[in-house]
Amino acid sequence: MKKKEMICIVCPIGCHLEVIEDATSESGYIVKGHKCDKGRVYGIKEMINPTRLITSTVIIKGGNLPRLPVRTDKEIPKNKIFDCMKIINEIEVEAPIKMGDILVENILETGSNIVASRSL
Amino acid sequence: MLIYDIVVVGGGPAGLAAAIEAKKNGIDNILVIERDRELGGILQQCIHNGFGLHIFKEELTGPEYAEKFINELHELGIEYKLDTIVLDISKDKIVSAINTVDGLVNIQAKAVILAMGCRERTRGALNIAGTRPVGVYNAGMAQRLINMEGYMVGKKVIILGSGDIGLIMARRLVLEGAEVIGVLARGGYAAGLGRNVVQCLDDYNIPLMLRHNIVKINGKDRVESVVVVKTDEKKQAIPGTEEVYECDAVLLSVGLIPENELSNNLGIKLDRNTGGPIVNELMETDTEGIFACGNVLHVHDVVDYVTKESQKAGKAASEYVKNQSRSIGEFIKTKPEKGVKYIVPQKIGTDNLGKTVELFMRVNDIYKESKIIIKLDDTVIRQLKRKHMIPSEMERLVLDSRLLTGKEESVLTIEISSEEE
Ligand SMILES: Cc1cc2nc3c(=O)[nH]c(=O)nc-3n(C[C@H](O)[C@H](O)[C@H](O)COP(=O)(O)OP(=O)(O)OC[C@H]3O[C@@H](n4cnc5c(N)ncnc54)[C@H](O)[C@@H]3O)c2cc1C
Ligand code: SF4
Repeated sequence: MKKKEMICIVCPIGCHLEVIEDATSESGYIVKGHKCDKGRVYGIKEMINPTRLITSTVIIKGGNLPRLPVRTDKEIPKNKIFDCMKIINEIEVEAPIKMGDILVENILETGSNIVASRSL
Repeated sequence: MLIYDIVVVGGGPAGLAAAIEAKKNGIDNILVIERDRELGGILQQCIHNGFGLHIFKEELTGPEYAEKFINELHELGIEYKLDTIVLDISKDKIVSAINTVDGLVNIQAKAVILAMGCRERTRGALNIAGTRPVGVYNAGMAQRLINMEGYMVGKKVIILGSGDIGLIMARRLVLEGAEVIGVLARGGYAAGLGRNVVQCLDDYNIPLMLRHNIVKINGKDRVESVVVVKTDEKKQAIPGTEEVYECDAVLLSVGLIPENELSNNLGIKLDRNTGGPIVNELMETDTEGIFACGNVLHVHDVVDYVTKESQKAGKAASEYVKNQSRSIGEFIKTKPEKGVKYIVPQKIGTDNLGKTVELFMRVNDIYKESKIIIKLDDTVIRQLKRKHMIPSEMERLVLDSRLLTGKEESVLTIEISSEEE
């Protein structure tokens, strides 16, 4: 029986979870120690396909500042973080930009977009 | 002289929320003064996600959270001045500010809201030996340089201090291609949130070096290396454990202090435990008509609480302007006892209490499976169980006002009782 201990990162409470492999349950895992259901979902996803939101900056020309903050609008698989960063580092945009503007669509086929996280 | 009903000093999330709330409460003549080139305060450099979970029920980045409030400020037509620094506030509420366009201006206000935020502790406060080469940064300064100016602070970096800023900057540096040798904590645990240890350090295999400290920084012009030692239970260096690490930058993330020069000059009484003004439940300082909220009052880790606290200050200031008086009656004093670092507010007026009273507190150590015990004089009025409490996480307690009515001149104490003892 495989078992993994982890800290839920969904909210600042940071519950200590125990995720146990269990062939009889629907998801294949039992989660213990979560205060809310988000923790259960997180625990299982962390075993099957861990994902993260990515935030960074890109070069912006003609704005009040030389950098524009950006984010993925959904979480992407953890193992694609550095490939995603490579693409983000190539981006250059021109002001004006509005918060929420899509800069890269469906990055690395993840279903997530790179969007501006402020107006500049 | 310019005349305003309410002058708000500082245009970060605290100042924005206070001004918006005052406007919504019927005060039209409001001025927000910000020394930076834009509104939003430190949120503009906090590009990571983790803001707004309580208020918006979604995870926003700092700039996104700020922009929502800046847009609202614009929609409500609230006046603000940028690139303007407040130099002095008098007891009669004359605010003196300076900028390059208007020069020195004096503004007569009926109420003033202090929302100046906090600043970082510096290396001077730390006693690290060695030269003073380029490449030593406060973590917040490095955050601003990287995220707003696009200036990378180093290629091989060591971070002293395991608070949230230190953890977040470690990830940020690695994502931007730098190597992070480790994040050093002088104590036996990370000062920041568990979730930040996981998603900022563990995700990127960055070592968390518990019980370590930097004792010396070497380098002629630029940082070349640091001397690291192990520390004992009392956070003191253990002789003979010195190790040298080559690096070209050192980040210091060793704490924030409320920015209270203005309050001090004004003669406002500060609380030694918070570093901010002593306030009542309306966020009013001991000086009538002067309110305080956000990081200038006590250092917050969650911006949603800053917003809520500041809305209270904005509302109270608008009531004060309408009535030109305060009617809070006698006070209950709050006092931190065993295990508690501080409590805000420090005073609770017993007249006109709402349905509930909100108290914020921090513990002074890690507590597992313990109880928060709230007493009025010697009677226990509430007990709350907690599985896990750490100093970096503020606790919010809500009390039924009926427990407090008629108890003026009492002292409310909070203590932690640990069942493991
Ligand atoms: C690095 C870091 C990471 C954080 N991460 C998170 C997180 O993930 N989630 C979360 O919820 N919270 C987080 N926080 C906490 C949150 O961002 C702060 O608590 C909040 O920004 C405090 O708001 P404030 O308005 O009190 O202060 P500030 O944002 O500092 O604003 C104060 C403003 O006042 C201005 N000012 C100061 N003095 C004067 C003067 N004399 N005249 C004119 N203007 C003046 C300053 O220029 C500044 O703009 C983080 C904080 C930091 C530092
Ligand atoms: S399980 Fe729920 S309460 Fe616990 S940390 Fe995760 S999201 Fe927060």
